[in-house]
Amino acid sequence: MSDTVKNTLLFALMALLIIGTGFVQSWNSALFILNMGLISAIMALGVNLQWGFAGLFNVGVMGFVALGGLAVVLTSMPPVGEAWAAGGLRVLLGLAIGAATIVAAVFLNKRLKGRARLIGLPLFLIVGFFIYRAVFDPAVDAIEAVNPAGTGYLGGLGLPVLLSWPMGGLLAAGAAWLIGKTALGLRSDYLAIATLGIAEIIIAVMKNEDWLGRGVKNVNGLPRPVPYEIDLQNSANFVKNAEGFGLDPVTASTLFVKLGYSVLFTIVLVVIFIMAQAALKSPWGRMMRAIRDNEVAAAAMGKNVTRRHLQIFVLGSAVCGIAGAMLTTLDGQLTPGTYQPLRFTFLIWVMVIVGGSGNNLGAVLGGFLIWWLWVMVEPLGHWAMEFVTSGMAEDNALRNHLIDSAAHMRLLTMGVILLLVLRFSPRGLIPEK
Amino acid sequence: MDFLNGFVALSNFVLIPAIAYGSQLALGALGVTLIYGILRFSNFAHGDTMAFGAMVAVLVTWWFQGMGLSLGPLPTALLALPFAILGTMALVLITDRMVYRFYRTQKAKPVILVIVSMGVMFVMNGVVRFIIGPNDQKFLDGERFIISVREFKQMTGLREGLAIKTTQGLTVVVAVICVIALFWFMNRTRTGKSMRAYSDNEDLALLSGINPERVVMYTWMIVAALTAIAGTLYGLDKTFKPFVYFMLLLPIFASAIVGGLGSPLGAIAGGYIVAFSEVMITYAWKKVLTYWMPESLEPDGLVQLLSTDYKFAVSFVILIVVLLFKPTGIFKGKSV
Repeated sequence: MSDTVKNTLLFALMALLIIGTGFVQSWNSALFILNMGLISAIMALGVNLQWGFAGLFNVGVMGFVALGGLAVVLTSMPPVGEAWAAGGLRVLLGLAIGAATIVAAVFLNKRLKGRARLIGLPLFLIVGFFIYRAVFDPAVDAIEAVNPAGTGYLGGLGLPVLLSWPMGGLLAAGAAWLIGKTALGLRSDYLAIATLGIAEIIIAVMKNEDWLGRGVKNVNGLPRPVPYEIDLQNSANFVKNAEGFGLDPVTASTLFVKLGYSVLFTIVLVVIFIMAQAALKSPWGRMMRAIRDNEVAAAAMGKNVTRRHLQIFVLGSAVCGIAGAMLTTLDGQLTPGTYQPLRFTFLIWVMVIVGGSGNNLGAVLGGFLIWWLWVMVEPLGHWAMEFVTSGMAEDNALRNHLIDSAAHMRLLTMGVILLLVLRFSPRGLIPEK
Repeated sequence: MDFLNGFVALSNFVLIPAIAYGSQLALGALGVTLIYGILRFSNFAHGDTMAFGAMVAVLVTWWFQGMGLSLGPLPTALLALPFAILGTMALVLITDRMVYRFYRTQKAKPVILVIVSMGVMFVMNGVVRFIIGPNDQKFLDGERFIISVREFKQMTGLREGLAIKTTQGLTVVVAVICVIALFWFMNRTRTGKSMRAYSDNEDLALLSGINPERVVMYTWMIVAALTAIAGTLYGLDKTFKPFVYFMLLLPIFASAIVGGLGSPLGAIAGGYIVAFSEVMITYAWKKVLTYWMPESLEPDGLVQLLSTDYKFAVSFVILIVVLLFKPTGIFKGKSV
């Protein structure tokens, strides 16, 4: 069986799973799985870029996804004029002072020697920190005091929401550049711990800096790139068309909205996929794989390993940021409290490994398949538990415990799948050529 | 008098909590560092192994409490600790046999083992949630305080009170016993020496007839004991919640790396460095400073450098600074 046939079969099978969900459960949940699968596939492509192409072990995916989500708020929400007047410029000034302190400290670190560096540098940083807090804190208090129940933050730029997707990529890329400058060049497992920490810090910032994105108070009602269901239901034309398909207007409108998202997401996925494929086949892609397989040899050939690592780290993180922005747009709200490393970092890793690291098609397939499983394990687990315990009495404590715990089957299943794939098919479903 | 009052406040809010937390981190970091030294990979499942150990302790404690068994002023969980250790040993030995051994014989790259440990992390997390659920569980009983604020004030007549929780005292005592036992084992016994030899130079150790599977088995058993104890102590001191243990992964790794991966002494030092920095940077210093500073200089704000939600940032910054300026850690760890 040739590769093309096998891959087509695998994707056809995946399509069957989703369509089957549509028939067995409902078309709404099938489209939900499809949309989230598209986003997951893009995230998996981003991780595959870093791990599959360059062998960078990044477990901070969640941080970049969250930054993408923040970009949606910063781009598409209308600005809060009163808050800007209260302290907008002062916040920016504070941040500028903080950034200037760090840049100056890096510069001093290079210039100063011996004791001057040992004493001067910490002193400089401490003084800088207090000046920064003195400028920054009052401004934040002023902004958060403006209508705290409704806004209490600076708002965004009021631009079309679709623009926030590339903005999410840019924001994530900027953060990745900063992180890469400091953390790349560390050994692989140090890099892993460092990225794990950075992701937690990004989430902590988003939860606590209320002036930026309202923190745990969440931002609701983000603009949408597709029409609202209620508008569709009120449009006579739409209702007539829906009846033409034999659907009631409510179901038809939800399906129509979800399909709209699917089309948009598919366009993004296809564009990123084509670019990733082109990159993989280009001399640049070959160089990346050469660096991955033997850094010393690549360096001996005159390749700047650290620079290339930084480059691909930024690119991969940008892709994750775009996916994060799309995810938040789909949700219609930014909820920093819901970002969990198991769901947004490690699950993406399962997708890449199961799909086949180093192969873009594999990453896409892994994204769809693992997301489908992630959603379906819960009902399947429940059903399995019902079956296993069917012989027990209705009020048996063990039976009730097992049925209640079925919801936690997800993590277990994902772990078992990852371990099985690593053991018996370490190159994944669609291996690298 | 003012100085004493200030010092008591400092002890109450900074020193004592930081020593207890540092001991817990040190025990966790010792496990990470031992695995790194002998099995040569960073074990991402460490936090969830701690959660498993603590879970066994919780379940056995409930069982004992149900039977009316107790240790009087001490928490019943102490009685459950041996069971927790045995349970965790069984878990990690089964995991090693079923998962890690295959990659060891294959001589897989360390990063593959890290990914494998990610899978193990998922499974253990799932198992713990499956058995005990994702919620908070209480299993602390016995006397709550060694010294309570009121008693201390009556005893000394100071304005500031000092409280030492039983769990804090217990944590430090148990941690000291564990560390002494561990160092005695590593330096004095034949198995301990073979473990160190294997860690220093694998080929040479194999050449002198050390059985690697035996070394690995003992390592896992020691690590299991340490993680179960660390997990239970943390659960007693703070609260038992499966997800919290996963979040401990970062400070624990920071401790191990700051001290130097592979160096047990470094792990202990690292644990206290991380704990003290975390507590000191997120503590609001106003109270202590009003005692210590002349009246004219008294601070008006809280003098809190960072809000407590940023405690991860502290361990992270320490980690990065150490890695950038002294990549092998303070105690010269190894790099694979």
